[in-house]
Formats: sequence, structure tokens, C-alpha cells
Amino acid sequence: MLAFLARRILIAIPTVILISIFVFGLQHLLPGDPILVMAGEERDPEVIAALREKYRFNDPIPVQYLAWAGNALQGDLGISLRTQQPVLELIGEKLPVTIQLAVMALIIAILIGIPAGVLSAYKKGTWIDWVANIVALSGLSVPNFWLGIMLILLVSVKLGWLPASGYMPLTEDPLQSIRTMLMPAFVLGTAIAATLMRHTRSAMLSVLKSDYVRTARAKGLKERVVLIKHALRNALVPVVTVITLLFGELLAGAVLTEQIFTIPGFGKLVVDAVFNRDYAVVQGIVLCTGIAFIFMNILADAAYRILNPRMSDR
Amino acid sequence: MRIMKTLGLAAVLAATSGLVHAQDLRIGLQEDPDVLDPDQSRTFVGRIVYASLCDKLVDITPELEIVPMLATGWEWNEDGTELTMTLREGVTFHDGEPFNAEAVVANIDRSQNFELSRRKSEVKSIESVEAVDDLTVKFTLSAPDATLLAQFADRSGMMLSPKATAEAGEEFGLNPVCAGPFTFKERIQQDRIVLEKFTDYYRADEINFDTVTFLPIPDTTVRLANLRAGDLDMLERLAATDLGSAEADDGLTVEKATSLGYQAMTINVGNGPRAENPLGENAAVRQALSLSIDRAALNQVVFEGAFAPGNQPFAPTSPWYNAEFPVPERDVEAAKALLAEAGFADGVTIEVQVANNPVQTQVMQVIQSMAGEAGITIELAAKEFATLLADQSAGDYTASQVGWSGRVDPDGNIHQFMTTGGGINDSKYSDPDMDKFLNEARLSTDPAVRKESYDAAIAKQQEDMPIVYLYHPVWIWVLDNDIDGFTPYPDGMIRLHGVSKTE
Amino acid sequence: MTAVVDPQAVADPLPPRRRNRAWEKFRRSPSALLGGVLVLFFLIVAILAPVLPVPGPAETDWSMVRKPPSWAHPFGTDEIGRDMLSRMIWGAQASLLAGVVSVMIAVLLGVPLGMLAGYLRGWTDAVISRFTEALLAAPFLILAIALAAFLGPSLTNAMIAIGLSAMPIFVRLARAQTLAVMTEDYVESARAVGIGHLGMIGRYILPNIIPPIIVQGTLTIATAIIAEASLSFLGLGQQPPAPSWGAMLNIAKNFLEQAPWMALYPGVAIFLVVLGFNLLGDGLRDALDPRDS
Repeated sequence: MLAFLARRILIAIPTVILISIFVFGLQHLLPGDPILVMAGEERDPEVIAALREKYRFNDPIPVQYLAWAGNALQGDLGISLRTQQPVLELIGEKLPVTIQLAVMALIIAILIGIPAGVLSAYKKGTWIDWVANIVALSGLSVPNFWLGIMLILLVSVKLGWLPASGYMPLTEDPLQSIRTMLMPAFVLGTAIAATLMRHTRSAMLSVLKSDYVRTARAKGLKERVVLIKHALRNALVPVVTVITLLFGELLAGAVLTEQIFTIPGFGKLVVDAVFNRDYAVVQGIVLCTGIAFIFMNILADAAYRILNPRMSDR
Repeated sequence: MRIMKTLGLAAVLAATSGLVHAQDLRIGLQEDPDVLDPDQSRTFVGRIVYASLCDKLVDITPELEIVPMLATGWEWNEDGTELTMTLREGVTFHDGEPFNAEAVVANIDRSQNFELSRRKSEVKSIESVEAVDDLTVKFTLSAPDATLLAQFADRSGMMLSPKATAEAGEEFGLNPVCAGPFTFKERIQQDRIVLEKFTDYYRADEINFDTVTFLPIPDTTVRLANLRAGDLDMLERLAATDLGSAEADDGLTVEKATSLGYQAMTINVGNGPRAENPLGENAAVRQALSLSIDRAALNQVVFEGAFAPGNQPFAPTSPWYNAEFPVPERDVEAAKALLAEAGFADGVTIEVQVANNPVQTQVMQVIQSMAGEAGITIELAAKEFATLLADQSAGDYTASQVGWSGRVDPDGNIHQFMTTGGGINDSKYSDPDMDKFLNEARLSTDPAVRKESYDAAIAKQQEDMPIVYLYHPVWIWVLDNDIDGFTPYPDGMIRLHGVSKTE
Repeated sequence: MTAVVDPQAVADPLPPRRRNRAWEKFRRSPSALLGGVLVLFFLIVAILAPVLPVPGPAETDWSMVRKPPSWAHPFGTDEIGRDMLSRMIWGAQASLLAGVVSVMIAVLLGVPLGMLAGYLRGWTDAVISRFTEALLAAPFLILAIALAAFLGPSLTNAMIAIGLSAMPIFVRLARAQTLAVMTEDYVESARAVGIGHLGMIGRYILPNIIPPIIVQGTLTIATAIIAEASLSFLGLGQQPPAPSWGAMLNIAKNFLEQAPWMALYPGVAIFLVVLGFNLLGDGLRDALDPRDS
């Protein structure tokens, strides 16, 4: 197991380097000149020259990359071109917001997706199964930014129940924080709920067919006990793996959700940074998400191996 | 008796609200400001925060007259090359450092010489500055500069604590220390900027809030919804299309002021090979384009009639506006005739680049449709702002829909755009007469003399039309009814002196 | 590639009988049929857009700005007085085009790379796999946003960006399928007989990976349509005055209070067409699933 982990991590290193080179190259090929925007409306040539020098824009791109990589290795991801805050500090500031959103979305998704999946598998072939499937597919098919707009229209503009935006840090006012995050979390959670429901359903279906469920039933155990204690418990194993892999989807979904609800999180940070050509911020974020993503993948693989010892070491 | 009772009650209320209730004012901004260092900052929205954070040497009235702020008086010498300012006594910066002539010298030095200063061109005319005594400072100019006082009414005139700038250097913006009514408390990017009342402020009695919180909420509908829900006390830059709904709301007050800026189409008349096209080479084609636009209808369709149609760098309500050239009525036939005269009876096709945001693309689609009827086919090239700007300055464009946020002094709205070699003259328009008019306008401090120069410049601009002006935005603020004492200013700032909240 | 393979061999691994059974299964699934009908409907609308009796999608009427649905304009009008119905119909073209073209880009680039990795293994596999992983590590939409910003905002560039971002899935799928096929006994014996590389790929690998690619492709079209709408929503896709559902939503969100219909229809349309492709993809998966007899 340790050897496996070590190998996976070793293999991940070139991947991380590749990501960083890729993003760095891509960004410096982006059209548009951030310095012109940064220089202000007057675009004073003297200012432009000073800024280019200061941010090393005059160096060849490989030199710029090496300088960045050298600093990154020492834990310095540079500063935001726009606000001059250190990138690492920015990420540290935004990450908890997105994590709160993602966790709430995941909780909502689990509360909807898993029971629906169990029910649908149990009632396979009936209208309940059919309806659950259509609803799940609808959840996957609805563009979440549109769902967000519709919810704002209905819940905030028409009914005035929940605030349309206005992020409140969890530490400041937990109740209000959860309240403001409810709508975005629901929007983000729908697609995840649908995915979870579908995975739970197929996992339940194969477990329900298995021998020990039949044995349990033969023993005369109550149906509910069989379903929850025997079947669901086993079916949850692959579902848990899926949840780790949904991390990327949550992050990507958060990009638009945060945009709609103006939540000052990770996703909004990255979109604004791309639009503002805030190179250091984009670079830092992609590096961090990349590492996190690879880490989650390794975790999922490890979990899978622990649960399925037969898996070959390919 | 009754009066006494009411007074007594009011006193009790005032006491409780003043003592028990820490009053917070929450303001919704359209964008998140950039770095909070007046020497480095470049955004309009940043200036809104500075209005509460950093006092300037001088300020403006809503009528754009220059009035004392940190400087209590000033005097020009005979030929307009020396400006002597008297400073306010007993002012301290947020860190307790004294504000004096030495501090002004240090601030001008930073604006001029700090590597990353964006203010260099604004204070370029200052050759030297010296502290005559503790409260008197003398600026010596290389040439007369009528625009300097107006610059001191903006970021170049904001006074930062010399101790703080020396210590923080380029990181000053992370913890700005000025001499304004509020001190910096905290900032969470894209979320909030919190300022706290500065108890030693020299006009502290005019400040009625313990804290001000600025919340960037880019979506105007959402901003308004938050105001209605009571999560905000006021907001700036409401979209004109939301005006009707805000005005219909009994709980809200709407305030407006025509801005100093404009939106226009900048045309490439001499910026590289892409200027070689009918539009770039023929003033008649540019005039035809201008005539094909129904500015009133454009204003009606996109801004519900709330903005101010325009055809000059100054709004029709400005004292600098040349009344001999009123906003033209749309005249398709005249436009076609001009085109035919110029040899394009079959019409022309031009590309216009536009920032890919909903409002500006909407404006250009309306113009596209209007110009089409006059035989001018417009192809739109939507670009992100950073790209648009880069292409524009490199001359890689035919026409570009851009705007200008506006300056207090008329010079700021036209000189750099129209003079040969002007820093933001992306048209690369060049005309000796225009250069003469605009340079002369800088030399005199007499408004009547300057007005003559600007009138001549506008006449020339109407003839050559390197920039086709479209409209002047109107600042729209919406306030909760319990906010009193707010004054709209054409510079779009929010000045909190005398503003209060009744509860 | 088929030119070098003898014609009968192509059909070999999937006998006609089985194919018919797949069609039978597909036909009997109500949800798959519903998906097919939805996709077909939007396809027809998109193709017939030029001949349908609606005003032009760019025709403006200043007196009809943001008017609610009426007889003259069944879906209402938009922010500069254009007919929403017409823009919806023409928007279908943009959405379907974006979905199909970007998936074609992803398939045409991804499948050969994946097959190459699975077939040659060793260093080729390692390099391709690392690249794929690197691409996968950046969340799909963030990658697409960065690529679209890099290429400049336009529908074509959005399609390229989405295609490139979707490519890794197909690399992975093709690689896994190729690896699986290569371990089959009959492939190993064929290899022993000395069949050439192209023969191996054409005769054994390609026919076996096509069904899962079709299923994945159909499902990815659904994702790609949402991605196009998202990019257009951020101002990076279709550019005005040409209509696209995502771009229409981008405008509509500014008029939620005054003109809610502007936000309603494009969203419903995206939802229905994406649902169609998802149902279709699910149906195809069930129909083509070899495990289920």
C-alpha cells in the first residue's frame, strides 16, 4: 500500500509540472495586455514601462516561468496584479467560502440522491423508478446558472424569502451564513444529487441481486433491515468513491454558481482573474486545484484498492 | 410642553442611537476596487472608497467649483507658474502623524517618483515643491497649468501619511493610512471593505457613522434587491433599466447626477495601416455615421431615457459645452448624401470593436441597426476589455466603442485624446490647429479665455470627428428612505459628511 | 483507415443479429424514444430556421423593446426589440452546432491518442497519460474559460475550447477499451499470426471501441451544449447580434424583474435539448451494453 502511494505521488509530480507549464504558457499567449488595464485610464507610457519592468514582463517567458517556479517551490505564489495581495493569502481567504458551498451542496445532494437511488433500485421497473430517473436526468440536464437565475427570480425577487446574494462568513453569523448559502448550495447540489442517485441505483441493483441479500431475506429479516443494513451498506462503497471523484465537478460548478450569486469564493476569483489577466492568481489557483484534484484521485484509488484487494497493480 | 416632550424624546433617541447603537452604513458598489493606494489605483470605484478614507488638498462642489479641504487657501503668481497653498491647522493622519507642508512635499514626491505611481502625468507640470513654513507649501511649475487644482481635487491631491508610505512602500494599499473621515479596518477581496470612524478627524462632528462597509455586488438587480431587503443602506450606479422600479418604491430615494464622462466611438484615422479605410480616411463618412445615429432613441432603448445624449466631450449641461453644435437629430438622407459625396453611394462596411459586456454590446447593436439604414454596415467584434485596449493602442482596429470616466477640468476630457502625440490619442489624430487650441487652453486660469479655446477645438472636432461622441452616463444612487443629507456630485463620489441615518 | 481493411472484417465482431437486438431494445425504451424525439425536434427546428415564418433574428423594432409575449411575438421581444421566438429558433443552430462540433473535435483528437496509448503502451502511454491527467486536473469549465479567453470570444473558438477540454475523457475511454481488447484471447492469437498494426486496429480495436464512444459522445454533446451556454453566458461564446441561448440568458439576467420571459425560454430550451441528448445517450448505453443479454 505504501509503495503504491509512493509510486502514485511520484507519477503525479510530472503531471503537476506539466499543468503549471501549460497554464503559464497559455496565459502569456492570451491576447490583451494586463499592463494597459493596470496602467489606468491615462495609460502613461512611463507607468507602463515601470510596470513591465516590475512584473518582469520584459523577460523571455521561460525565464519568467523559472522565476515563478522557483518562488512557488518556496511557497511564494506571487502577488495579484490587481490588488497586490499575495496569491496564497487570497486562496486561503477564498477557499473556506467555496468549501462551505461545496460541503453544503454535497449534503443536500446526499440527502436527495441516496434515498432516491435506493428507492428507485428497490422499485425497479415501476413508475417510481421511471419518475426518479427522469428527475435525476433533469437534474443533470438543467444548466445550473439558469436554475440559479430562476431561483433568484422566484425566491428573492417575487417572494422575497431568501437574500439574492450577500455572503456572510460562517464565523461571523453561522445562521445567516447558512441561510445566504442555501440557494447556491441547492443549485450546485442538483447535478451532484442526480449523479449520486444514478450511482446509488446501479450499485443497489447489483447488491440486491447478490447471494447474501437473498440469504438475509431467506432468514426472514424485515425488508427495511435488509435494505438498509445489508444492501445499502455494501452499495455505499462505490458511491463513496464517486463522491471523492465529484470534487472536480463541484469546483467547476462553483465557478458559475458563485458568479450568479456573487459569492466571493474560489470560482469567482478564478473567473475574474482570467478576465483581468491577473496571471499570478490564475496560475496559483490552477496549481492548487490541480494538486488537490490529483490528491483526491489518489485517495479514491487507494480507497478502491483497500476495498478491492484483488485489483492488480497496473 | 408638547415641544419639550418631543425634544426630550429626540434627545433620548439621539443619545441611545449614538451610544448604544454602533451605526454602520452599508454601501453596495458595482465592482470590487483595485489596490487601495491612491498613487497606484486606477479604478473609478476605488475613488468612491477614497472619498471616505483619504481627504484631498481641495475638493469640488456639485457645480465643479474648487473649494478648500486640507488646503484652506491658495494663490497663483502673476504668470501662473507658482502656486502657494495654506494648509489646515491641527490635522493628523490616521496613525497620529501630523499633516503639514513636509507631508505635502513627501506626497507630491511619491506621486512623481514612486516607481509604480499612476499619477505621474497628472503632476508632471510641477517642477519643484517646497515647504515655506509648517503650514505653507509652494509649487513651482515648468509652465502654467490650469488643470493642476483639479488634479488636487482627485487622487493626486490625496494626502497619505508619509510615515506609512515610507514603511509600507508599494504595499501601502494593503493598509492605507490617510487623513480622511474614516480609517481602514479590513478588506476581504470581492466581498467587503470596512472603514471605521476616525475620532480625531477635523470635521468629526459631520460624520454620523461608526463604520462604513462597502460591498461589491456587480449585478445591479441583485444590488437593488439587497437594498430592498435592508441588507444595504445605499447603492451606486443603478442600471438605468432598473430606475422605474426603484422610483416606484416608496421606501427608496433615487438621486441622479450627469457624469463628467462620456461613451463614444474612437475612430482609427492614422494609427497604422488599419486606418486606411473609408471611415478612417474620410471625415464625411464619419459625419455620416454620426448623423445616422438617433441618440435620443439609443438613450430610450438602452437606458430608458435616463442618460444624456451627447455629441461633444462635455455634456450639454456643462459650462464647457459648445452650444453652436447641439446634439444632432438623426438624418438618414443627409448621411446617405454625405456618403455619396465622398464616393460611397453604395454604402460602406466597417468593423467596430466593443467590450463584451451586455450594456455596451446592446448599445452597439442598436447603432448597428441604425447605421445599416443609412448604408453603413457595421460588423461587431466583441472583445474582452484587456484585449480591446491592447488592440486599440496598437492600432489594430477600425473603430472602437469606448468611454472615459471624465475629469473635473475640461482639459482631462479632450487634451490627451486630440493633441498630436497625446498619451491616449489612439485615433492618432493630428491637427496643428487643434494642438494650438488645446495647449492654449491650459495656459490661462481665466475661464472665459479657456472657453474660447475649447469652443474653437470643438468646432474643429465636429469637422474632423476622430471621435464620435454618443452619450453621457448619469450616475444613479438609490438610498433607503432613512438616509438623509446625501448630495449627488457629477464626479460620482459618495461624500459622507452630513449624511445620517434615522432609526 | 477502412480502406486498408477488407470489408467483411469490419462487421465481424458485431454480428448483424446483435445490432438488431440493440435497436429492438432501444425502441422499446420509452425514455430513449423521448430523448430521440427531443433531439430530432430541435434538429429540425435548427435546420428549418431560415424558412420558418418568423422575423429575422436581428430585426429590431424600437417601439417593441422588452414586450411580454403577445400574438405578434409569441415569446415576447428582447432588450432591443427583436422577436424572441425567432432568436430561440436561430439559437438552436448555435447550441446544436456547438454540441456536435466540439464533441467531434474531442473524438477525432482523443480517440486516436487513446488508442495509440493503449496499443503501444510504454513511453507513449506514459506521455499521453500524463498529458491527459494534467488536462483533467484543471476543472473542465475553468479550462474551457481559459482556452476561450485565449482564443478570443466567438462561437468557433468556444467550440474549440470545449472540444479540447472534453478530449481527455475520450483519450481515457479509448485507452481503457484498447487495453481491454488487447488482453482478449482472440486478439493475442491474431497477433501471434502476425497481423499488422493497421489490421489489428481496424479489425479488432476500432469496432470494439465504437459503441462506448458513441454512448460517451452522445452524453458529452449534452455536456458540451451546457458548456457553450455557460461560456456564452460569461460573454465568451456566440457574439451579438447572432443569437445563442447562453448569450440570451446573459442579457436576460439584467432584466429579471422587468422581463422574466427573456430568461425563461432560453433556459427551458437548453434544458430540453440537453435532456434529449442525455436520454438518448442512456438509451444507447442500455441498448449497446454487451453484458446485458
